[in-house]
Amino acid sequence: MIKFVPRTKQSPITSAIIPVLAVAFTMVFGGILFWMLGKDPFETIRMIFWDPLMNETFADYARPQILVKAAPLILIAIGLSFGFRANIWNIGAEGQFIMGAIFSGALGLAVYPQESFLLFPSMIVFGIIGGVFWASIPALLRTYFNTNEILVSLMLVYVAEQVLAAASIGFLRNPEGAGFPGSRNLSQYPSAANLEIISGTGIHWGVATALISVIFFYILLYKHKFGFQVSLSGMSPKAARLSGVNPKFLVILCLALSGGLAGLAGMFELTGPAGQITIDFNVGYGFTAIIVAFLGRLNPIGILFSGILMALTYVGGELTQFMLNLPAAAIQVFQGMLLFFLLSMDLLVNYKIKLARW
Amino acid sequence: MPSTRPLTGSRSRSSSPLISVNGITKSFSNTLANSNIKLSLNNGEIHALLGENGAGKSTLVKIIYGLIAPDSGEMKLSGQIFQPKNPRDARKNGIGMVFQHFSLFNALSVFENIAIGLDERFETASLKARITSLSKNYGLPLNPDDIVGNLSVGQQQRIEIVRCLLQNPKLLIMDEPTSVLNPLEVEQLFYTLKKLASEGTSILYISHKLAEVKDLCKRATVLRGGKVVDTCNTHDFSASELAELMVGNSIKPTVKLNRKFRDIVLKLENVYQDSEDPFGTSIRNLNLEVKGGEILGVGGVSGNGQDELMTALSGELPPRKGKIFFKGSDISLLNAESRRALGIFSAPEERLGHAACPSMKLSENVLITCSKTAKLTKYGIIQKKSSEEITQEIINKFDVKTNSTSSVASSLSGGNLQKFVIGRELLQNPKLLIINQPTWGVDASAAAFIRQAIIGLAEAGTAVVIISQDLDELIEISDSFTALVGGRISDPKPMSGLKIRDIGQMMSGAMSYD
Repeated sequence: MIKFVPRTKQSPITSAIIPVLAVAFTMVFGGILFWMLGKDPFETIRMIFWDPLMNETFADYARPQILVKAAPLILIAIGLSFGFRANIWNIGAEGQFIMGAIFSGALGLAVYPQESFLLFPSMIVFGIIGGVFWASIPALLRTYFNTNEILVSLMLVYVAEQVLAAASIGFLRNPEGAGFPGSRNLSQYPSAANLEIISGTGIHWGVATALISVIFFYILLYKHKFGFQVSLSGMSPKAARLSGVNPKFLVILCLALSGGLAGLAGMFELTGPAGQITIDFNVGYGFTAIIVAFLGRLNPIGILFSGILMALTYVGGELTQFMLNLPAAAIQVFQGMLLFFLLSMDLLVNYKIKLARW
Repeated sequence: MPSTRPLTGSRSRSSSPLISVNGITKSFSNTLANSNIKLSLNNGEIHALLGENGAGKSTLVKIIYGLIAPDSGEMKLSGQIFQPKNPRDARKNGIGMVFQHFSLFNALSVFENIAIGLDERFETASLKARITSLSKNYGLPLNPDDIVGNLSVGQQQRIEIVRCLLQNPKLLIMDEPTSVLNPLEVEQLFYTLKKLASEGTSILYISHKLAEVKDLCKRATVLRGGKVVDTCNTHDFSASELAELMVGNSIKPTVKLNRKFRDIVLKLENVYQDSEDPFGTSIRNLNLEVKGGEILGVGGVSGNGQDELMTALSGELPPRKGKIFFKGSDISLLNAESRRALGIFSAPEERLGHAACPSMKLSENVLITCSKTAKLTKYGIIQKKSSEEITQEIINKFDVKTNSTSSVASSLSGGNLQKFVIGRELLQNPKLLIINQPTWGVDASAAAFIRQAIIGLAEAGTAVVIISQDLDELIEISDSFTALVGGRISDPKPMSGLKIRDIGQMMSGAMSYD
């Protein structure tokens, strides 16, 4: 029988080195995967990690794209990390992301074409409400009926996708769109558009919000009593209750926080890069953010770096798709490997493997 | 010394010992748990293994039971070299062990629990018959079809004993068997053990309760710091001399002054609290009053509603029904944090994981209960410096042995962590303090220190409720006594007028006592 025995001593350095090692392992095994697909592994890896940043032909397009893709990942991952610390597992950020977009988009489309400086902030609020609303379903079901929030939040992603489809072919469809699915383009509606703050850099309001969130939530997590109680709840639920934490309230709060940030990310995505509500509006940010959260050690600053790294694999992955004809699924496998290696290395660092005597 | 005991020692004159341990040494990473241990037991002898927590008793018996292999040294069983590879091997050679913590499945029946642990084949009907007859024979009545979760701790222990006896052991190891029993159950257990010994079974009896060791065992081996200090006849030593052998120095007895009780601080009115554990005991219709300056001891074996009483008093879970008053105002619905703001502090039984978070620093652990009262947060922002200062103050005032304020809680020994936890609550000047098992698993000198600190607090006017299954401790420090049995509580009586028999009756759940 194989037993996992917890290691008694760990240095804080190993905890920082593991993500780097996991990336290295992913490069090696990803390289093998690409080689088996008939591509040059070195060229592929270089194209994913290096070319988007440094290649003269691609960098002008790719660098801003990295920020555009990192912003939703970072926002969502920060929200998830609080819940994950407290053993509250929101797997459905993708659905909350969609609902945030639908709620904020519905508001914008309802008042179209009136212009007001109040519209954009109101849409932000609606985006947050949409995400919180969708996340509150698994939260309330868990607190009142003891359901498993992992399953409920995940299943609600598929419900949200159906609502998205209904919206884009039905109630939010562009009346001037010649019957094609999809809403009006909100990025062309001045009061609602999420434009670049500095042109050509990719920095839109979502990117700015993500950066501010990193700082704000870092302080909340490490300097504020709320962050302490979240961590305490994860490590010693009984001690948390002794300190005055209401476990049910914490479930609702953590799910609402992650849902709200996911909804916010959905709003920025809709009004900026995506522009309109379409059937394929969501591209998996909500799921990839789970990897980002863990790769960043559930620490907002770590998440900033892992979010940028993950965005790099997205942009680099796109490059390999049209330059090397690599299938999109290969890049998803590559991203999945990263989480796999991270988690397995965590296990080996925290536990010794022992063959039991009997 | 001639034996005056009719039940023991009928075959103890046999020439060679049943088991002899010679020069056993075992070390774990950097601590020497056992160093050159010598021990021998005759047939039919009840031999005590004495020592404080961490003295090496458990390591030694685990070696004998085949759970741990020694680094060096040898054991002989009936004159033959004995090297058990695993517990099954030890059992085959006639060694049985009853652990302090039972390994029973609550949802299964007595019979099923015993059958699972049996090494040899059996037939259901005959095994049930054997369980019934064996248990009756040794004064351990058991019904094979009862569900374990519904049985008392004493009855659960009987299952463990019967499970061993079914294998006809030559040596029975008992690890702190009385720590979970009430006085009547202890009496019953001693009857069983003496009967077994009279029939030739040797018993290695691990304990740190000296009175019962003197009652039950003729010889004792005393361990301290992994070494044998002495092997002696228990009749030649007084209990306090044995204690000195165990601890290595004399322990200051706690000083208790006469003091006046003040107004009623805590009052419970028809309190009901449901257990969170499906096999736990819910408390029903509890009425209780505690005055300022009074130490109320709540006796009873844990699992009788102790945890439920604790969560109701601390505010971790509001009571399902009934009212709790603090100085006349209803606090039933306040949570633990709000109650602390009023001066109600509590220290739960489980130090690691409940009173303190194992992987957090001490300076973070103070935040669990002191963040409001000691003003360790300002607008919610944690004041790191104040947290460290108060941690240092606890360490200094309560003599907590640790490297620094940033040591993690799990790195402290049980006694030191308990001093830290108690110190953390005491420094907040509680008006009402509730402690569950204040000295459980704590070494004798730390226990004496903690008890003295509690008495000092009561002298300053604090109302104290101590929930404990250590009767000696309650007798030593409480002013009044009550027992919590089966989720019900008896009327508190002044400690000074109580005899151990009265306590036994209160604890056996005799509600007709009043």
